[in-house]
Amino acid sequence: MSYAIEGRTGPWEIVVGLEVHAQAITKSKLFSGAPTAFGAEPNSQVSFVDAAFPGMLPVLNQEAVAQAVRTGLGLNAQINLVSRFDRKNYFYADLPSGYQISQYEHPIVGAGQIEIQLADGTTRQIGVTRLHLEQDAGKSLHDQHPTKSYIDLNRAGVPLMEIVSEPDIRSPEEAGAYVRKLRSILRYLGTCDGNMEEGSLRADVNVSVRKHGEPYRTRCEIKNVNSVRFVMLAIEAEAKRQIEVWEGGGTVEQETRLFDPNRGETRSMRSKEDAHDYRYFPDPDLLPVVLDEAWVAELKAALPELPDAKQARFIGDFGLSPYDAAVLVAERATADYYEAAAAGRDPKQAANWVTGDLFALLNRTGRTIEDSPVSAAALGALLGLIADNTISGKIAKQVFDIMAETGEGPAAIVEARGLRQVTDTSAIDAAVDAVLAANPDKVADYKAGKDKMFGFFVGQVMKAMAGKGNPGLVNAALKARIG
Amino acid sequence: MSLDPATVRRIARLARIRVEEAQLVPLGHELSGILNWIEQLNEVNIDGVEPLTGAANMALRLRPDVVSDGGDVEGVLANAPDRAGSFYAVPKVVE
Repeated sequence: MSYAIEGRTGPWEIVVGLEVHAQAITKSKLFSGAPTAFGAEPNSQVSFVDAAFPGMLPVLNQEAVAQAVRTGLGLNAQINLVSRFDRKNYFYADLPSGYQISQYEHPIVGAGQIEIQLADGTTRQIGVTRLHLEQDAGKSLHDQHPTKSYIDLNRAGVPLMEIVSEPDIRSPEEAGAYVRKLRSILRYLGTCDGNMEEGSLRADVNVSVRKHGEPYRTRCEIKNVNSVRFVMLAIEAEAKRQIEVWEGGGTVEQETRLFDPNRGETRSMRSKEDAHDYRYFPDPDLLPVVLDEAWVAELKAALPELPDAKQARFIGDFGLSPYDAAVLVAERATADYYEAAAAGRDPKQAANWVTGDLFALLNRTGRTIEDSPVSAAALGALLGLIADNTISGKIAKQVFDIMAETGEGPAAIVEARGLRQVTDTSAIDAAVDAVLAANPDKVADYKAGKDKMFGFFVGQVMKAMAGKGNPGLVNAALKARIG
Repeated sequence: MSLDPATVRRIARLARIRVEEAQLVPLGHELSGILNWIEQLNEVNIDGVEPLTGAANMALRLRPDVVSDGGDVEGVLANAPDRAGSFYAVPKVVE
């Protein structure tokens, strides 16, 4: 069922395209040797190139180029062996040169695509128009002084990959899925850390609305949205605003807007009629970027397995459901953990433990999978104890909690606390006899047709054995006595 | 090509150059003269000619990803008209 917003004049379709700015992981800046690390003292990571001192010349960082190419390959996109840098001219206090070095006519990466998965299990292909390299600007602080703005150029010149989607997105959910999937691919590739809080991944959201079957109407761009949730909320708020304008007999003006998460609405940012006149021209300081085909092939050969391929393998080789596989591959660290824990074990059982008990533990303790209180090897060992009948699945939960708390290994815990499952049939028979002898009335009920009583007997036997009876053997012993 | 006063005013504003009203018309003539002179190049047939990006046949030099700069707050701020601690201070930019 396709998404629509109901207006006074009927349903409206929304059309969304995203421009995602992803900071390429490099040690130094796109055109200078200043560092890119987050959170340093203001203006301490700035070269004279970044501060646009007269006569300073940009020199392109090879690793930034490699990261853009890897990302392009990961998006199944065309790699342009010849690309060019242009100047995008505008005046702002945190852009000291008065222009941003970007790629306009000839980006380094051309068309590609991203497959997104939706909650109802369907998938969609979202087109990627292009990816280009550009510099970030500095940071302005407007709230530190009544009449002045403060400028920190540490971010100025940091390499960004701008990834532009086709206007293929039709709902807030699809937009959220797109950003999450793109983030996942970037993190697998190691080309962007995807950290939205620190601003290394942010999105400009283009939104328009239309009646079904119409051509595109005028769009508005919502700048710098910095979380998946805000992307989804901003789209909904902006679409509703535009519908109101159209239905009120007005016209939506093309403009740049900002999303205010506190008020849940967008507001106009600048209405200058020439805001979009950037007067691009080729940067005379930089020759065209010419890539060696063999180098691109080398980068391609070194790419890691990406989430789509990993998910297909988890489904095909391990028999996992598409949903479980998608959950496990979303983060590379989770997938690695799962594969380590599942090695040589029952893969479905391992998936249940990782997505169930382990995720619950991480949630409860506020830890990440990278510093999980229970290692993948320890969880694997626990699964091994279940598989060889040393402990039951129920006791395993108890052992898992002790592992999380103490850091001890599962085998040691089972030995020290005497949790080993009882498979000695004479001990089980004795417990079964005792339970039946103590409950003659319930035995009579059962024999009179109250089948549900069987579960009661199982429970009582397990209780008598402190949960350590082998469930299969207990069932068999009961069946043998009372049929 | 001839530039009318409105276009000249717009170009000037985009470049943040102040031009007095009285200057718009003469400046338009001057700029038109420059544009017309350059546009003579359009008469040359360049079908099938590769774009020339420089006088020497050079490839763009790339540098290895090594931190070799930064850590010079005083140098960077040396020419700042105003500063606040380690920040540049500029007249408030109101959104």
